[in-house]
Amino acid sequence: MNAFRKTILAATCVGSLMTVAVPALAQTTLRAVMHSDLKILDPIWTTAYIVRNHGYMIYDTLLAQDEKGEIKPQMVEKYEAAADGKSYTFTLRDGLLWHDGKPVTSEDCIASIKRWAVKDSLGQKMMTFVDSIDAVDAKTFTIKLKEPTGLVLLGLSKPSSNVPFMMPKRVAETDANKQIEDFTGSGPFVFVKDEWKPGDKTVYIKFDKYKPRAEPASGLAGGKVVKVDRVEWRAISDAQQAVNALQKGEIDYIEQPSHDLLGTLKKDASIAIVQVPQIKAQYVFRPNHLHKPFDNPKIRQALWYAFNQEDFLMATIGDENYIKACKALFVCDTQFGTTNGTDAILNSNAKKSQELLKEAGYDGTPVLLMHSTDLKALTNLAPVAKSLMEKGGFKVDMQSMDWQTLVARRAKKDPPSAGGWNAFLTAWVVADVMNPVSAAYVNSGCDKASFGWPCDPEMEKLRDDFARTTDLAKQKQIAEAVQKRNIEITAMIPVGEYVQPIAIRKNVKGLLMAPVPVHWNIEVTK
Amino acid sequence: MYGYFFRRLLGTIPVMLVVAVFIFLMLRLTPSDPAAVIAGDNATTEQVAQIRSQLGLDRPMIEQFVIWSGRVLTGNFGESFFFKKTVASLIAERIEPTLSLALFTILIAVFVAVPLGVLAAHRHGSWIDRIVMGFSVLGFSVPVFVIGYLLIYLFAVYLNWLPVQGYQRISEGVGGWVQRLILPSVTLSVIYIALIARMTRTSVLEVLSEDYIRTARAKGQSERKVLFRHALRNAAVPIVTVIGLGVALLIGGVVVTESVFTIPGLGRLTVDAVLARDYPTIQAVILLFSFVYVMINLSVDMIYTVLDPRIRY
Repeated sequence: MNAFRKTILAATCVGSLMTVAVPALAQTTLRAVMHSDLKILDPIWTTAYIVRNHGYMIYDTLLAQDEKGEIKPQMVEKYEAAADGKSYTFTLRDGLLWHDGKPVTSEDCIASIKRWAVKDSLGQKMMTFVDSIDAVDAKTFTIKLKEPTGLVLLGLSKPSSNVPFMMPKRVAETDANKQIEDFTGSGPFVFVKDEWKPGDKTVYIKFDKYKPRAEPASGLAGGKVVKVDRVEWRAISDAQQAVNALQKGEIDYIEQPSHDLLGTLKKDASIAIVQVPQIKAQYVFRPNHLHKPFDNPKIRQALWYAFNQEDFLMATIGDENYIKACKALFVCDTQFGTTNGTDAILNSNAKKSQELLKEAGYDGTPVLLMHSTDLKALTNLAPVAKSLMEKGGFKVDMQSMDWQTLVARRAKKDPPSAGGWNAFLTAWVVADVMNPVSAAYVNSGCDKASFGWPCDPEMEKLRDDFARTTDLAKQKQIAEAVQKRNIEITAMIPVGEYVQPIAIRKNVKGLLMAPVPVHWNIEVTK
Repeated sequence: MYGYFFRRLLGTIPVMLVVAVFIFLMLRLTPSDPAAVIAGDNATTEQVAQIRSQLGLDRPMIEQFVIWSGRVLTGNFGESFFFKKTVASLIAERIEPTLSLALFTILIAVFVAVPLGVLAAHRHGSWIDRIVMGFSVLGFSVPVFVIGYLLIYLFAVYLNWLPVQGYQRISEGVGGWVQRLILPSVTLSVIYIALIARMTRTSVLEVLSEDYIRTARAKGQSERKVLFRHALRNAAVPIVTVIGLGVALLIGGVVVTESVFTIPGLGRLTVDAVLARDYPTIQAVILLFSFVYVMINLSVDMIYTVLDPRIRY
């Protein structure tokens, strides 16, 4: 279409339009569209991922995991374990400052650890081993244990919600069940509260006095060198509009572009699609152990034979470049991920499923399967489960609802006939499910377990054993035993993994291979 | 007339009361739980229960209603469950974009639709009439978001003339403010142009067959004067009714348009609040929208008396 015809066409439609160019923003501003709008600001009070991401912007952690998942010092200069494994001594780096200019002290860190441990399940477990946490001096503190455990290092380097972020003592002393109102951190960015407009944008500026580690950035560890002056999170809820804005250069970064729009983005020479291997998710099927028919372990067993992972993945993501059929409970390509003992399951052996149901005396009680309809990444999971379960001999009553209704309903312990449920499907980010202690759906502590409430003392013993050991080889053995036990009791069923790529304009460089999208090390060039 | 005005004003009180009770009950009776939303996916049952207790959602429904309605009567709409801000301040932040969008939309709709409708009536049965009526049918039939995406593709992505999304406050520059309102306003105005043009055509057509129009023409008045001074003025009552109705319907339109164009207005706030089950915000916004609706209806009734001196209350 030539320029004249373009002009005529446009003028016909809207009359005389203003054609003033959009003012160019400073080149050192990174304009990002995150997966959600930031509404809550306390990363200890909620487990929401967007608040965790906000936490990584303005707070720092004592330890952090690098891109291989190895635990490295972050705010601490060094840490030492006692020879008997019953205490850890942490020494803070020199020059660490809060955003208000005051130095970071041991007392701040102790208060932060305590507040985190009230809310976080891994922190709670860690504290059952802790005898005391004491400041030695302004830069040194000791965690004394009742007995050795690997949870101290695992907990303090926990990459995902709730992350043990360090806060000033005055903030960390806030009741863990109340939200903080002071957002002073010591992280690489400063939160600009005055410019925070929920539903519009969240603004961070570079913390000039932040002292990065000398090592190069790797995963969530290493030097957090900030290479932009300002980061703006723009709240664009419409996936297509985010893509339009990226193509037009109104934004630089989309954290979670919709998989069905990746084709459009790939055709644009100014856009790069970046696959971060650590940013992937695992789909899971969660049965409710409290009610018929899934109160019968043998009936739950049949599910392993009814399902296959490929059907779930193709129905949801639909692109072989971004999916992986992986039967490992703790996710493939991670420290504790293994597929040992999974050959016979998740192959859609409908006949075997039917036999197991017959042996279990399944009476045809319908499975009330909750189907969330408004989150694209989850919408097609339940229909696939229904189809596979029916082929495997189950009767299924699939009830459709929006995700928030499902979230409310899954907390109910009532029988399905009284507003309860039998099963639902969801997705976990890998950072949350990489070991037996942090993976919430492996918790089989009856009332203390997550929604679905599996109850299995043997599984809990295995998880305790994992918590006690500090030896990686031994931990791997226990993780494999946990996987085996999960197949026996069916606390949850992994139904496939998918990678969530990040879309950026090609002038954005330095994305880190980390399980959480972080904005240090990123530069925006002309 | 003043007596009628005050009676109508008093009449809004029971209407608002019914709306308040209805929206309060609807939110509590739907199967949702703001505490579960706030707590996040990793939260345990106990954590969700703790948050529910902090928000007061574990109290009996009657008690919750009494507390909330008591606050509302004193002008306090409470604090948002999510934003740690008062609902009043949230609404105050969001009102400018919505008012701007509504104003632009109505201006575009009226200034395009009324002349189009008059022209269609004047050229009744001609190709102009058919085009205007065809556009009206199209404007009614095509959903707002489809029009929005098409205009975005054409003017923002393809021609690169206008921004794809976003809003700039008027205090940050009038040029940017106007520029960012053009696409959303045009998008939203299409349905109102269709509605108002159709109604204008029908009303003017009816008036054009009246004796006083023939008299005006016989007196040698120009056709423009006949159409706009004699015909349009006498056809104005139903047109004003439709415009008033359109302003009220805008409330629904801004919800979609603000979401598509990422405008941080009241419509977007409503969507966010509903998705997050932010009860205090939803209740306040619905009450506000209801009040605006009632006031628009009242204003339209008052305008009738100005347009047609025969109408008296």
